[in-house]
Amino acid sequence: MSKRIDVKDLNVYYSKFLAVEDVNINIEARSVTAFIGPSGCGKSTFLRTLNRMHEVIPGARVEGEVLLDGDNLYDSAVDPVSVRGQIGMVFQRPNPFPTMSIRDNVLAGVKLNNRRISKSDADSLVEKSLQGANLWNEVKDRLGRPGSGLSGGQQQRLCIARAIAVSPQVILMDEPCSALDPISTLAIEDLINELKSEYTVVIVTHNMQQAARVSDKTAFFNIAGTGKPGKLIEYGDTTTIFNKPAVQATEDYVSGRFG
Amino acid sequence: MAANQTLQRRQSHLTRGHLPSYAVWVVLAASVVLGAALATLIGFSVVGWAVITAIVFVITATIVTAVAEGERKAKDRLVTFLVYGAFLIALLPLVSVLWTVLERGVPGLNYNFLFTSMNGVTGAVDNQALENGTPVLGGAYHAVVGTLQITLWATLISVPIGLLTAVYLVEYGAGRGLTKAITFFVDVMTGIPSIVAGLFAAALFSLLFGPGTRTGFVAAVALSVLMIPVVVRSTEEMLKIVPNELREASYALGVRKWRTITKVVIPTAISGIASGVTLSIARVIGETAPILVTAGFASSINMNVFSGWMSTLPTFIYYQILTPTSPTSPDPSTQRAWAAALLLILMVMLLNLVARFVARMFAPKTSR
Amino acid sequence: MTGPAPGQVTAPEIDRLEGKDVSTNSLKASTDRGRAGDKIFSGISLAAGVLILAVLFSVAVFLLVQAAPTFVADPAEVTGGNGFTAYILPIVIGTVVAATIALLIATPVGIAVALFISHYAPRRFSRAFGYVIDLLAAIPSVIYGAWGYIVLAPQLAKVYTWLAENLGWIPFFTGPASQTGKTMLTAGIVLAVMVIPIITSLSREIFLQTPNLHEEAALAMGATRWEMVRMAVLPFARPGIISATMLGLGRALGETMAVALVLSPGALVASLVKSGNQTIAAEIALNFPEAFGLRLNELIAAGLVLFVITLIVNMIARFIITRHQEFSGAN
Repeated sequence: MSKRIDVKDLNVYYSKFLAVEDVNINIEARSVTAFIGPSGCGKSTFLRTLNRMHEVIPGARVEGEVLLDGDNLYDSAVDPVSVRGQIGMVFQRPNPFPTMSIRDNVLAGVKLNNRRISKSDADSLVEKSLQGANLWNEVKDRLGRPGSGLSGGQQQRLCIARAIAVSPQVILMDEPCSALDPISTLAIEDLINELKSEYTVVIVTHNMQQAARVSDKTAFFNIAGTGKPGKLIEYGDTTTIFNKPAVQATEDYVSGRFG
Repeated sequence: MAANQTLQRRQSHLTRGHLPSYAVWVVLAASVVLGAALATLIGFSVVGWAVITAIVFVITATIVTAVAEGERKAKDRLVTFLVYGAFLIALLPLVSVLWTVLERGVPGLNYNFLFTSMNGVTGAVDNQALENGTPVLGGAYHAVVGTLQITLWATLISVPIGLLTAVYLVEYGAGRGLTKAITFFVDVMTGIPSIVAGLFAAALFSLLFGPGTRTGFVAAVALSVLMIPVVVRSTEEMLKIVPNELREASYALGVRKWRTITKVVIPTAISGIASGVTLSIARVIGETAPILVTAGFASSINMNVFSGWMSTLPTFIYYQILTPTSPTSPDPSTQRAWAAALLLILMVMLLNLVARFVARMFAPKTSR
Repeated sequence: MTGPAPGQVTAPEIDRLEGKDVSTNSLKASTDRGRAGDKIFSGISLAAGVLILAVLFSVAVFLLVQAAPTFVADPAEVTGGNGFTAYILPIVIGTVVAATIALLIATPVGIAVALFISHYAPRRFSRAFGYVIDLLAAIPSVIYGAWGYIVLAPQLAKVYTWLAENLGWIPFFTGPASQTGKTMLTAGIVLAVMVIPIITSLSREIFLQTPNLHEEAALAMGATRWEMVRMAVLPFARPGIISATMLGLGRALGETMAVALVLSPGALVASLVKSGNQTIAAEIALNFPEAFGLRLNELIAAGLVLFVITLIVNMIARFIITRHQEFSGAN
């Protein structure tokens, strides 16, 4: 499990507006890559193009290629649904399904797709996924309770468990800690560190310390001004980006001079 | 207004120039007395007394306020009186209707009324019941059956169409011209007079199956025309408040759109949808005009919506009042009409209560 | 709102037909069955939406087809013997008069009740009061009709006699007054009762949307409650009030049962306290059950006229609401 992603000459448009311009990036398998940059620089938009989630926004489209171990996501015959089965996503605000129990939330990917699963398989999948999300010990006695009864941090880990239950190759995280308190954030960061042994993780974050703590590689996105497209400015090892960036804008940003 | 709590205390600077709070009651008492006097002059009646008292009170209180506190305060007070008065006026018919229906409906609402039809009940039967002082015969069983059958069929037609249209409007058609057109015409449809909906169904079926085709099903189609827009609007509102994040979460798990809608979006909104559907049933169950022109009128039980005339509670009430079974002594018919009215109001109220209950009890607890 | 546009959904079957090798890209191994589900579901929901448009369209067409014989019939054969226009005009006027009386009563009362609930009633009870007014709307119209027929009309008969005796010089109150009280004025009053909850519930919603900031600004300037309402609430709510009134008008024009039961119909007369006059809806309800032949076509033609009138009124109301929403930035 776990695949690499290679992006070639990617442009993202909202109708006619060019939102992200000419991104080339190679993301290694079994690594954590952080996208940082000021608000509105297109890093979340770009993240969504990695599993075609941008298509749920009317008018959004892309040019270029995104290769998952060499297979182009945007090939004409590719069904976005099967892309999302391989590349999962965790969102900014925890969003467990309010009508489902904790157990059903974990099994959502299986059940919503109407796949048959035996009870024992389901039980082991629930346990494995919740353990993978460091949540098993906290919820194993109340699997039948609604997922919305958990704390924010627990809900977010439930969402991660839900994402890994469909056994994806890649997990995309869009500011997964921005709605959480510091202790919950720490739990998620620990989890990300563990996840990279099995998955390719890509995380968008506003918090530079978080990027420094969790990621192997960091990509800095920036925008020249309002109405201009966002661009990938610099991409490299996290230590390099934070200590010896090659571009002045990157240094200004990571040292807190703007953004 | 809470001035002069203790007479010894020096008047607060802030309350100077204000009327003491008891002033209103003094004016009211004076108005009641004056009202009684004036009412006696033109022929005493409780209603007249109340009306004159109200008018005298509003005028006097306004003038007193104007003199003591100035024109602005007087205007404010006058409007307050009028607004409260409007509410009381609006309550009058409600109280009167409910009281009338209860007072006149309860005596007639018995086992016999609920479980027999009007089959074989003629004017002679009614006259005899009056002469001998025996209980009034005949009931609304056939009308209850008709009401339930027609409403059921109308619901079966309207709910799928309404629900799917709302799904289209919210989930598929965002920003399209067709969506705007449907939304606009659904709004327009809510304003179609019920009699016109009835005429439409009558005209449609007389073209298809020959003139004068009147069955319960034609009535159900007429009611659907009235019901569909209500279902669409309420379902649309409910689907719109399902957070987009839930749809995205589902898509991100590799779930197809139609499964996302049927398994995530609709279940999340189901309590609101069910409540809206219940309210729409409550709205059409009392419709009379469309039934008159589509289902005709029957005095015996008809279980088949696809053939033969049918009665419903509203048309039963209408005919019992307008054309009493015994033209010479309408009392038994009137009694039956009020009993049917009570039954109908109970049904409508029950549906409204169920709707509120469903909306409140089964609402999913979202994290917001 | 969500979801990829259908145009972006790609079709593996095309590749298969063209004999392309699709096995190299592992992502292409998707099930056609699931995709068909998407197409079927979006297809039937689209069909449901289109069906509604078709229904509305066919309402107009069927009424037109069934009404047509009236317009070409020999004028002498139409009820009244002077052609359709002579037949329909008095009842159109009657309809408008009844609706006008209803609105004259219901508009001020309805708005005042809405104000009561939104700004005057104690906060704790305002919800409950809202339910009470909703109850008014929930009572079936035939029950209002029965109440008007049996309770209200006999009471009003006394008032009408007094009006005819004392104010008979006003054309509206020319005697002799109806002894049963089943007159146009009674019909108008019953209609008003039915229209009040419509005007109230729509106005209340808009009153509650008044920006709090405006209200507080007015109060901070030392305005009384009425001055606050006049300066901040009413100007904001004006378009809403107008469209609420229009919707109430639509309801009053089309309401059938209350009028059919409460009015003893007759030729057009100016006096509102005599029996006489008729509305379109009641004319249809009273005569349709026994009608056949040309009479049936006539009544459907009358229904068509009513449909057109209410359609115009409702469209104007909806237009005002939509325009208002766009300006206020709601939604």
